Amino acid sequence: MAKEIYSRYPLIKYLRKEALPTALCPGCGGGTVLNAFANAVDQLKIDPKDLVVVSGIGCSAWIASPYFLADTLHTTHGRAIAFATGVKVGLPDKKVVVISGDGDLASIGGNHLLHAARRNIDITVILVNNFIYGMTGGQVAPTTPFGAKTTTSPYRNIEHPLQISETIAAAGASYVARWTTAHVYQLIESIKKAIQVKGFSLVEVISQCPVQFGRRNRMKEPAEMLRWYLKNSVPISKAKNMSPEELEGKFVIGEFVNRERPEFVTELNKLIDEVQEHFGLKGE
Amino acid sequence: MIIRGDEPEQIRLIKKLYKPGNYFMQGNEAVAYGALFAGCRFYAGYPITPSSEIAETMARELPKLGGYYLQMEDEIGSIAAMVGASWTGFKVMTATAGPGFSLMQENLGYAVMTETPLVLVDVQRSGPSTGQATKGAQGDFFQARWGTHGDHPIVALSPTSGQDAFWETIRAFNIAEKLRTPVVVLFDGVLAHTREQIRIPPIEEVEIAYRKLPQNDEEAKLPFGDPHGDGVPPMPLFGHGYFTHVTGSTHKENGLRDVYTPEVHDRLVRRIHRKIEGNRHVYEKYEEHFTDDAEILVVSWGVTARPALGAVLKAREGGIKAGLFVPKTVHPFPAERMRQLGKKVRAVLVAEMNLGQMIIEVERYLNDDVLLKGVNKIGGVPLTVEEILREIRGVA
Ligand SMILES: Cc1ncc(C[n+]2csc(CCOP(=O)(O)OP(=O)(O)O)c2C)c(N)n1
Ligand code: SF4
Repeated sequence: MAKEIYSRYPLIKYLRKEALPTALCPGCGGGTVLNAFANAVDQLKIDPKDLVVVSGIGCSAWIASPYFLADTLHTTHGRAIAFATGVKVGLPDKKVVVISGDGDLASIGGNHLLHAARRNIDITVILVNNFIYGMTGGQVAPTTPFGAKTTTSPYRNIEHPLQISETIAAAGASYVARWTTAHVYQLIESIKKAIQVKGFSLVEVISQCPVQFGRRNRMKEPAEMLRWYLKNSVPISKAKNMSPEELEGKFVIGEFVNRERPEFVTELNKLIDEVQEHFGLKGE
Repeated sequence: MIIRGDEPEQIRLIKKLYKPGNYFMQGNEAVAYGALFAGCRFYAGYPITPSSEIAETMARELPKLGGYYLQMEDEIGSIAAMVGASWTGFKVMTATAGPGFSLMQENLGYAVMTETPLVLVDVQRSGPSTGQATKGAQGDFFQARWGTHGDHPIVALSPTSGQDAFWETIRAFNIAEKLRTPVVVLFDGVLAHTREQIRIPPIEEVEIAYRKLPQNDEEAKLPFGDPHGDGVPPMPLFGHGYFTHVTGSTHKENGLRDVYTPEVHDRLVRRIHRKIEGNRHVYEKYEEHFTDDAEILVVSWGVTARPALGAVLKAREGGIKAGLFVPKTVHPFPAERMRQLGKKVRAVLVAEMNLGQMIIEVERYLNDDVLLKGVNKIGGVPLTVEEILREIRGVA
């Protein structure tokens, strides 16, 4: 039965069939993200041969690796962006996309995220923010809302969540946007833009983890979580006129930056050209 | 598919840039030039004493050859970027020292598990921790072997001079390519900063090896198979439409994760071991002096092999039948030869700049009737000829 549904799904051609069905829980936002990514690739008419997808460790890391049928590099926890940096230097004409979780990319991998944005290397990062460590059993994350309950903040979280998009926009990325899994069309458009931008791009997707987060925070149904997102999402234009107190507990969504800045691998190749020119090493 | 560094254009550039001849340079520079000659065109690193001149030389020279120098945000990122670049067809290297080597261990294990060729130069300095940051030592013998987690094989080389470092770095690349595996070069802070005469050969004298690439689609579909029975799978590079999946998790021959089937894990990890153990001819190397009739054998490695040779020569002058055995590939240890030599001698002295590391390996191959003693020194100053000679005399 399940097989039939899969074979009828038109974007199945982008998936590694022998790896299906996915390991994601029913109702996990990861499915929406995979769907949005496949849609973006399809709408942009990108040949998967021109795509390398890199991910770290966590549920969200599985979204495209192994499921997406492209060259996929499933790396160590937190290091996906650094691995992707090497891939991009080697294959500057390919689209290098990192899809992974908030714990993976912003906690253990926070340093790589920050520096990739600073360098403005042409990598697209789709960061799946589910406010929790899903794979390891629902521990507190650097994105867990203040006051929320997790297995390692069983009374309440007393730490303040990292605002990832704001931070990476400030670090120098070319393109930054944040949406939730309740904003699928906007999400697809942003992923498309991010892939096309020449420079570092981040699309943060607030995504439901009903199993580890919702269950412990009075939202065990995926739909309840989506309603929570919708109710508390504030467009960035509106958020600009709101006080920090008013924004407490809200999800600012929209495009944070979209700008041109010199890109790392392009600059690297330019530099090599100049050096070779300077030393008279260009082919005779 | 192409492995960068082998195009005729590259050979032309090497010839144009590096005239054969004798140069006065540091061991670290010799390592860098060895890498350039071997075809390394991607270097990612993070500065640390006493390895920094390797990065500096690569940053200066790589762009001339159309290669890439990346200074990453840390050592973890450095080795990660190398793995990414290796899968696109680059020969890659990094250099570091103790603390940086520790940070690289997780991804070194990743490179073992994903069979990614790379060269990691550890310029050993005096530890533990930040220890004597600027001083040399030989304290990472076991970090190279057992630093990362799980069951894994490793190949580690150790040069004994600046000149040797040039050739051993090239050999490290060739082994990495032939066996599709990371190779560690255990250099040290003393040789790294010693300036001596180093001969840069014409490129024609240099053997350059390249990894096996898939010959057809069937081979490309099994990036972790063993089509040739030597344990070394051909490596389908990224960007050629093979849709290769690479993961550090236990995977089947097609690359897809399977962490539940005991046989899959057993088959994969045993093959990776067999690939190394079964191909000793690719990497096993040692040096011997006066071992034919030796009664006292000095075993030494890296920087200490030089005063050890001086001590053996002096002992011979004094009529003591001393000999010297220097493993150049220190992991896997040249076990068979060590065993043979152990049977012929009365005493074995293991000289090294630590409190006794290689001696633990040597002991495994000796019978009880052989006197075994360590000649050890720490504090950042190498052992002298006299210090080793005194110990030889002591057991003569
Ligand atoms: C070095 C290291 N530390 C810890 C872990 C264990 N670990 C695996 S996944 C994970 C958290 C993943 O969280 P996130 O990235 O938010 O992904 P999610 O599962 O929530 O999608 C952790 C801590 C690991 N694999 N490696
Ligand atoms: S634990 Fe949470 S994040 Fe992981 S698959 Fe299940 S719902 Fe998704």
